Amino acid sequence: MVLVEVMPKAELLDPQGKAVAGALHRLGSSAFDGVRVGKRFELHVVGPVTDAVLAEARQVAETLLANLVIEDVVSVREATDLEARA
Amino acid sequence: MTSDATPTSTSTVHVDSVERAAATPDREQPYAALGLTDGEYAEIRALLGRRPTSGELAMYSVMWSEHCSYKSSKKYLRRFGDKVTPKMREHLMVGMGQNAGVVDIGRGWAVTFKVESHNHPSYIEPFQGAATGVGGIVRDIIAMGARPVAVMDQLRFGDLADPDTLRVVHGVVAGIAHYGNCLGLPNIGGETVFDKVYQGNPLVNALAVGVLRHEDLRLANATGAGNKVVLFGARTGGDGIGGASILASDTFSAGGPTKRPAVQVGDPFAEKVLIECCLELFHGDLVEAIQDLGAAGISCATSELAANGDGGMRVDLDAVLLRDPTLTAEEILMSESQERMMAIVTPEQLEGFLAVTAKWDVETSVLGEVTGTGRLEITWHGETIVDVDPSTVAVDGPVYDRPVARPSWIDALQADSASALPRPTEGGELREALLALLASPSLASPAWITDQYDRYVLGNTALSFPDDGGMIRVDEESGLGVAIATDANGRYSLLDPRAGAQLALSEAYRNVAVTGASPLAVTDCLNFGAPTNPEVMWQFAEAVDGLADACLALEVPVTGGNVSLYNQTGSTAIHPTPVVGVLGTIDDVAKRIPSGWQDDGLNLYLLGTTALELDGSAWAGVVHDHLGGRPPAVRLEAERDLAGLLAAGNDEGLIAAAHDLGEGGLAQTLAEAVLRFGLGARVWLGDIEERDGVDTATALFSESTARVLVAVPREEDVKFVGLCAGRRVPALRIGVTDVESGTLEVQDRFEIPIEELRAAHEGTLPARLGARVGG
Repeated sequence: MVLVEVMPKAELLDPQGKAVAGALHRLGSSAFDGVRVGKRFELHVVGPVTDAVLAEARQVAETLLANLVIEDVVSVREATDLEARA
Repeated sequence: MTSDATPTSTSTVHVDSVERAAATPDREQPYAALGLTDGEYAEIRALLGRRPTSGELAMYSVMWSEHCSYKSSKKYLRRFGDKVTPKMREHLMVGMGQNAGVVDIGRGWAVTFKVESHNHPSYIEPFQGAATGVGGIVRDIIAMGARPVAVMDQLRFGDLADPDTLRVVHGVVAGIAHYGNCLGLPNIGGETVFDKVYQGNPLVNALAVGVLRHEDLRLANATGAGNKVVLFGARTGGDGIGGASILASDTFSAGGPTKRPAVQVGDPFAEKVLIECCLELFHGDLVEAIQDLGAAGISCATSELAANGDGGMRVDLDAVLLRDPTLTAEEILMSESQERMMAIVTPEQLEGFLAVTAKWDVETSVLGEVTGTGRLEITWHGETIVDVDPSTVAVDGPVYDRPVARPSWIDALQADSASALPRPTEGGELREALLALLASPSLASPAWITDQYDRYVLGNTALSFPDDGGMIRVDEESGLGVAIATDANGRYSLLDPRAGAQLALSEAYRNVAVTGASPLAVTDCLNFGAPTNPEVMWQFAEAVDGLADACLALEVPVTGGNVSLYNQTGSTAIHPTPVVGVLGTIDDVAKRIPSGWQDDGLNLYLLGTTALELDGSAWAGVVHDHLGGRPPAVRLEAERDLAGLLAAGNDEGLIAAAHDLGEGGLAQTLAEAVLRFGLGARVWLGDIEERDGVDTATALFSESTARVLVAVPREEDVKFVGLCAGRRVPALRIGVTDVESGTLEVQDRFEIPIEELRAAHEGTLPARLGARVGG
């Protein structure tokens, strides 16, 4: 399995993260002073995870999974056994 | 992230202070990369008597941009102000030059409305571009002291068959729906056109309407030395400052590709809170002046407030609450972060002001105060980085008298009339042409789009899509309301920009009149190509002149609006697209006129006359892929008579339904009126053909102006005909409504079952864009 992580661009407003941060404060949590919310994609691979598969995953990530105008692909990697089972 | 968080900066960039600028006059500055010309840069140096600091350069570059300074269009826009009669000023409380115009509608109520473009951002990032377009125009409305009550959109997309059009349409429509629906504002209409000229440059023109009591009116003038300058709303981040990053590097020449995004992301829930917060501030009389932050952010708000006022302003940028502490002073000045407002507050009001913003959880910081110096001074890290005369930034920017040239191609284009095209004569062909028009992307039902918008939230919507105009109740006791319609026809405007602008006004005016409202005021959004092209400048000059003349003739003043230039696909300019919005009033929205009939046996009257005017028509475009000739004649006198007749007839209760004739002519109007409530009609065209000397195809598809189809109850027939005669409006009985038939029948020509009409009208957009939502 390949994991792709996408985050909103650091410079741009992240309304979802802002809402979660606000909720944290209302609930009395003071350990965190900011939240950003991104997304994780799990790509189930046909056969073994090769460099070619990872390259294809990156290409898919940059053309379909992320909107590069407002988001960044921050990670494309093979899932660990633990993650793959989860 | 609480309001008492101290702004921090980890920036180690050397501050380019006024002092340093004076000491290093020869330092190279990246003015060209910021869009300033050699001449403009020289003028800035002359104004300041030294080189600008990088902060000043940032301010001048954004404020002297075409978007903010109207430097190419200003010369022409003055014509709107020149062509005004006392009668036009009668209802005008605030005219052009403020955030939005304000019109007195009686009973102590006023309405503010404005249309603005967000074209370029909507192509780069359709969802956020369109969403922040809605957010921006709504803040303009709040800044006048009004409660926003409705929005509308004028949309232009590329060819529906092109794959990229799908990306843009899905994003733009979802973005408008997201922002408007979250804000809880009804979307009461607009217009959508598909044409390949907009392929690489869609148009997203958003209109907002607000309502206020006369005493709530606020202006953007910073007066009274010692008054506080307060920034409130969202924090300032790195949104929409792509260009400013050039200034972020210590050595300006380093330049390099920008890391900062050029787009902004909006948060409608933050804006909703901001609306309520602002209204409470207004009602508590806690603000002296207010201005929204849109393009050019703090640069624009500080310089405009100061320039409109009587003194100066001193602002400390360190007090700006930041989302991203690494922002440089230049970036803070240029940031276009959304959902922010700037207010001028007296020291006595400040405590109450802060209590209100704290109640709404709106972060607020006092940036500085109004001064008597006449200068706008901005400090950063203890040093003065901006010291300018604010009017040189905001008001007295460059004004260009750009070369104007009548296009060489226009004579040939105008000579290529559609009247030479073969017109159908036989019933089957006419039927086929009607269905082809009805199903064509621009005339097809936009329900796929409008169904994604909430049309009835707030409970005051009296009319919305698919009626000709939107209507909102303002006063719940009396039923006093306003109607708004927006129109534009790029095809007409290409053939003749002067007539095209006048026809857009004519149609919007007529669309307001058919709802039963009386037209009162105008807003416009002028979308054109690059002003550096003399032919585009000619189109622009012609359109503005034409629109100003027509507003004078119809006695409806332009209250404000927006100019959008550099709209082009590749090197080809879009069709000139002057969007005109007309606002009218109605005593009681219960007296509104629907656009379709709901009863059997009503007489159908065609008001106005029909000529062979197929040039630039939908028929020529859809059936023959033809665009040439001269647009239909502009008949302003007739439009006025028609509007007067509709108002008088409606007062007497003589009109059961009324529908404007526009693109697609009588055929499209008949089909839409039948489809409105699914009730059929029997129509004969012989009398039109005989009286006006036209053939059947012309009677059906000509786009002659000043025409309306009305349904009149039989018992009111005599009165109605008498009224038309008395008011010099040609009226011809051309049919009756027929509930039993279930068809639209054009006698001796063809008959189309309602289901077939509906399938043609409603199938096109879903077939290409996906299933309708909630249809």
